[in-house]
Amino acid sequence: MTSSAPALVLSGLRKSFGSLEIIRGVDLAVPTGERHAIIGPNGAGKSTLFHLISGHYRPSAGSVRMRGEEIGGMAPQLINRRGLSRSFQITNVFPRLSVWENVRCATLWALGYRYSFWRSVDRLADARDRTEQILTEINLLDRWDMPAGLLTYAEQRALEIGLTIAGNADILLLDEPTAGMSHAETDRMVELIRQVTEGRTLVMIEHDMGVVFDLADRISVLVYGEVIASDTPKRIKANAAVQQAYLGTEVA
Amino acid sequence: MSKTTQNGAPGRPSGQGSGLVATAAIWIAVAVVLAVLPQVFSSGLAISTMCLMEIMIIFALSYNMLLGQTGLLSFGHAVFFGLGGYLTAHAMNAARGEHAPLPLEVFPLVGGATGLVFGILFGAVATRRSGTAFAMITLGIAELVSSSALILRHAFGGEEGVAFDRTRVLHLFGISFGPQEQVYYLIAGWCFLSMGGMYAITRTPFGRICNAVRDNPDRTGFIGYNTTTVRFLAFSMAGLFAGIAGGLAALNFEIVTSSAMGAAQSGTVVLMTFIGGVGNFAGPIIGAILVTYLQVMLSDITGAWQLYFGLLFMGMVMFAPTGIAGLLAMQMPLVRAGQFHRVLPWYVLALVPGLIAITGVSMMVEMCFHLTVNTADGPQMSFAHVAFDANSPLAWAVAAVLLAGGFWLFRRAGRKALDAYGSALEKARSGRAGR
Ligand SMILES: Nc1ncnc2c1ncn2[C@@H]1O[C@H](COP(=O)(O)OP(=O)(O)OP(=O)(O)O)[C@@H](O)[C@H]1O
Ligand SMILES: [Mg+2]
Repeated sequence: MTSSAPALVLSGLRKSFGSLEIIRGVDLAVPTGERHAIIGPNGAGKSTLFHLISGHYRPSAGSVRMRGEEIGGMAPQLINRRGLSRSFQITNVFPRLSVWENVRCATLWALGYRYSFWRSVDRLADARDRTEQILTEINLLDRWDMPAGLLTYAEQRALEIGLTIAGNADILLLDEPTAGMSHAETDRMVELIRQVTEGRTLVMIEHDMGVVFDLADRISVLVYGEVIASDTPKRIKANAAVQQAYLGTEVA
Repeated sequence: MSKTTQNGAPGRPSGQGSGLVATAAIWIAVAVVLAVLPQVFSSGLAISTMCLMEIMIIFALSYNMLLGQTGLLSFGHAVFFGLGGYLTAHAMNAARGEHAPLPLEVFPLVGGATGLVFGILFGAVATRRSGTAFAMITLGIAELVSSSALILRHAFGGEEGVAFDRTRVLHLFGISFGPQEQVYYLIAGWCFLSMGGMYAITRTPFGRICNAVRDNPDRTGFIGYNTTTVRFLAFSMAGLFAGIAGGLAALNFEIVTSSAMGAAQSGTVVLMTFIGGVGNFAGPIIGAILVTYLQVMLSDITGAWQLYFGLLFMGMVMFAPTGIAGLLAMQMPLVRAGQFHRVLPWYVLALVPGLIAITGVSMMVEMCFHLTVNTADGPQMSFAHVAFDANSPLAWAVAAVLLAGGFWLFRRAGRKALDAYGSALEKARSGRAGR
């Protein structure tokens, strides 16, 4: 049964750019409903892994299965329509559209409006309500008519998350959602993530260990394109190999 | 507009900017203006110029569905205009005679259907790419179609084109479409419908996603949309409306030649749209009116009129890349805050030397033109009602001084005007915030 299959299963996943192999055989299973963090040093291939799962890149080898079905190499929109949505490490919004328009556009497909060119977008009550709800959650409602390109950095990061959650996907991939944020902003973001991922599956790349140990049910450590450990936060902390490869050098 | 709606939820956007009543008022005003124009400007020249303007409004708006709305730079949009015209002409010839089953009013639909079919056909190829590759493919399609027009003489009538008589179809209510004024109302009606249709499309889920594709095609995939499909639909619809414009042009002139889909026509629509402004729905309308007016007027008074278009286009790209509509939109916050009177004198101050510089340029252009093209007439010429010798160094010196001095002053005054604009805007903003 596909419904009992894990939300995501990566097996033997590889990605090379030319002769350079960035992802070198990743096996990973994320059960439905889990909050999973991926940590690892800069350049380990964490974002590349997200690109492979979300359809941005095509795997060189191996498979990506979502609820039991192969999605490796599919176009991003097809993966998104199956219920997987991702955010980007480098803010990737629609700069000339208003904040309101940004979020509303991200709600439309999931609400079933597709390419409709015969319905007035302003009369879609469900899109309006959903947009307003998202903007409230990411605390940008009072910025609704500002072009997204003019927002501050922290506001753009919040909008990035807003675009990701607007479509109501049940698998969320967040790439460093708190990067560059102040303490207070980070706390707010953690609360938001906790709230919106209730009952969903989350995979999150994060450098802030406080956030990771706070949110994650399980943690995978990616080093040089390989998962060297995948376990509960407690046991990851105690893992000698992880200490050596990552925590010991970078954080402690 | 206010950020609060009637229901009182603070910060809740009231749908879109100006609200339904204001939108309805604008469209009623447009309809009234279209209806009254031929009564105000009733000369033959005025009416045929306005017919042309309205055709070009449809054409330019259809082009902006690509450029301004979806971010697609096409160099072959006249293909749909021209093919729409040809098919309309053939349909007219097929339907002519006493027992013609259709009235003239519906023939622009033939143009529209043609534009749509070819939009789908060529769009399926061109919209697989974006950016420069897309632009190059449209250039190739334009080349392909206009060269076929000269080879397939049977379909396109060769150099003479396809002519017909628009009065020889079914007459409804005794309207024969002999007089140009009747044709004007036919074109105005279709122009109104097309404008309304294209505006409505910008207000739909599809229209908004077009803007998203324009802004950031990569992200659009990650919110569930296929960018190729969005581009393809936009391209097909742009073809539809360009075809309607082409059909109207055919009915207007009662002849279609291959120039209707040539490179110059494709270039003109880029020019109009850009000069008017791509970022605003009204931009292409302004551009179509202005450029058509200048074409009619300038081609009457100077042989070098196309050169002036090139200069105008370059000037706009360099100094006002948002087009005329963009410049006007920039003034809106000042007008609303009652600050516009502060900047107006500075604008006038910049305009005067700008006009002087333009005088210098056009004097040089006209002297060159006179000496090279009108050699037979000798060096005597007149410019702005002043007669002089185009070979005399003095005339050239005067032109050079006008140009250089005017330009220098224009740059200085322009900078001052920009400063004035900035501080007035600051005032307008702080006034709004303090309220
Ligand atoms: N398109 C590409 N072509 C070539 N090399 C690439 C490409 N994308 C990523 N890389 C390389 O792959 C490696 C991993 O990059 P990636 O962005 O996945 O790292 P990361 O773990 O997300 O790092 P960070 O913590 O800095 O975000 C880097 O060395 C990067 O230079
Ligand atoms: Mg990264």
